[in-house]
Amino acid sequence: MLSIKDLHASIDEKSILRGLNLDVKPGEVHAIMGPNGAGKSTLSQVLAGRENYNVTKGTVDWDGQDLLAMPIEERARSGLFLAFQYPIEIPGVSNAYFLRAAVNAARRHQGLPELDAMDFIKLAKAEMKSVGMRDEFLYRSVNEGFSGGEKKRNEVLQMILLQPRLAILDETDSGLDIDALKVVADGVNRMRSPERSMIVITHYQRLLDYIVPDFVHVLAGGRIVRSGGRELALELEEHGYSWVMEGGKDQKGAAA
Amino acid sequence: MSNLPSWVEGYAVRQAAAGVPAWLAETRKRAMERFADEGWPTAKLEAWRHTSLQALQQQAFAAPAEAKAVAPYGQADSGLWMVFVDGHFAPQLSRLGTLPQGVQLRSLHQALAESPDALQQAFGAETDGASPAALNLALAADGAVLQLERGAVLEDMLHLVFIAATAGAASFPRNLVVAGPGARATVVEHYIGQGGEANLTNTVTRLRLDQDANVTHLKLQNEDLQAFHLGSIDAVQARGSVFNSHSMSFGARLARHDISTDFTGEHCESLLNGLYYVNGKRHVDHHTFIRHSQPFCTSREYYRGVLDDTARGVFGGRIFVAPGADKTDAVQRSDSLLLSRLARADARPELEIYADDVKCAHGATVGQLDETSLFYLCSRGLDEAHARHVLTYAFAAAAISRIESDALRNQVIGAIRALAPAELGDL
Repeated sequence: MLSIKDLHASIDEKSILRGLNLDVKPGEVHAIMGPNGAGKSTLSQVLAGRENYNVTKGTVDWDGQDLLAMPIEERARSGLFLAFQYPIEIPGVSNAYFLRAAVNAARRHQGLPELDAMDFIKLAKAEMKSVGMRDEFLYRSVNEGFSGGEKKRNEVLQMILLQPRLAILDETDSGLDIDALKVVADGVNRMRSPERSMIVITHYQRLLDYIVPDFVHVLAGGRIVRSGGRELALELEEHGYSWVMEGGKDQKGAAA
Repeated sequence: MSNLPSWVEGYAVRQAAAGVPAWLAETRKRAMERFADEGWPTAKLEAWRHTSLQALQQQAFAAPAEAKAVAPYGQADSGLWMVFVDGHFAPQLSRLGTLPQGVQLRSLHQALAESPDALQQAFGAETDGASPAALNLALAADGAVLQLERGAVLEDMLHLVFIAATAGAASFPRNLVVAGPGARATVVEHYIGQGGEANLTNTVTRLRLDQDANVTHLKLQNEDLQAFHLGSIDAVQARGSVFNSHSMSFGARLARHDISTDFTGEHCESLLNGLYYVNGKRHVDHHTFIRHSQPFCTSREYYRGVLDDTARGVFGGRIFVAPGADKTDAVQRSDSLLLSRLARADARPELEIYADDVKCAHGATVGQLDETSLFYLCSRGLDEAHARHVLTYAFAAAAISRIESDALRNQVIGAIRALAPAELGDL
């Protein structure tokens, strides 16, 4: 489904990703952990198409297509979704409009009829309940004045409405209290299916108690330095990142 | 000034008409003399430094030959509708209904014929404003006159529609609003073109707000894209009165708006809210002047402009705080959004403060669409053009949200939607 080979990326002449490899097959959930500055967010932004980053080397194959050559919106419409670490506030645009525009862009791409305002509101309200958002959030401006937790719920709501094939969750757990974390994890778990894959980026193992990954990778210095099953996350919790980075010379299994 | 001879003719006819009171004939004469002396404002005047009227002067404008048939406008909405075609009241196109107690609404033409002397104070003087305002005074034949007695409330909105119907014609509407103590009204001026060619609209609206009166004024400038629009809105506020002004300027190749208010009593409030959009080679200029003559008054001024292609937007905001006008609270902001690298926005605040105990804040920004927001929208499947439209609308929405009335806000949104692609839908 997604195959990243020898990916190098830089921003403002500063190299961040330095030969990253990752293979994600349908239905798999991959966790990417790593210390601050390892390149976790850069990876998610490069995959989503942020133009600030310069891809200097490597390839990303997305179901036989060259992902890096696709415009941002095409990546989204073809089923790639990024839940932002810092969701953007857009004063003056209602959440309802924003969500419906996104859903209809995907539906057009799939050759489905667009949803009108009434049908969409019905659908959105049902899903909002599942992530613990009150109806009023439909009529407020996108993320404006939302608390950290409300913003993250709104990201998960978008994911549920868009039904992506690959969801990348960029530190969706940061800034969440335990209740919000459970709601978010619950939303994510309900999305798991044999056709849908996920890349869960997190600094802490806490989230992985709730979203249990099939694979755990440690990203450091712009490369995946270690890969394993979910027990790797527990080891990391116990020993800290320095443990991996010291012993992280062999990169076998990175393409698990 | 190639146009002057033909305009002077109409002026002479009006001056010679029977029943014109001496004060009116005299004021008009002095106004005409002032315009003849000064001519159109030139770039030598500080307030006109960024706005050249050369193209206007090269254009010959005709007097409308006969009453033109025009498409109906706005009648589907409730409220009072007073329609003017090429500057003249068209009763057959208007819908006035019954007016509440204490409210009088007439055309200027009718009011001058019936009781000219009662209008003397409201009419204005030849020294008011810049030379185009003087030209308006000399030539104004018609307009709306709204008079509200003490405590009178006009619940329905009064819509004044000015249609430029004859191609290449000039019109000089003059509107007078006199709100007695505690009176309330909402007046909406619509300027639209159906002539399809370079028209000139030179308009003046004067508002007098007596103690505790409350007037909301909205001007929707949607003239033909070849038209010239010069407009003044001048308010005088007595103690405790509230004046809300919304200037929505979307049409015309050149639009100049002069908007002023004078706090002549304590505890006055005023909101000057503005939104403009210009593209192509068009030009829009707002100059505002708030005179804090008295203490304990509050003014809020927010102007937002969206500029595309090689268009140009100008904002000049002057705030004068007189000696002794303590506890003045004034905020002025101008924010411009450039959609093209060749568009240009000039903002110039001008604060003259002669009192000690005042709060006066001003700020101006000129910027582009936020890249991170664009990325966010595109990452949700919106193509770049759609995302840009959404963010541009969002920028404008801040100005629209300051319009209190839902009905009024929806009218402005409707006008904006007409400028935007259909894909914006019900944004």
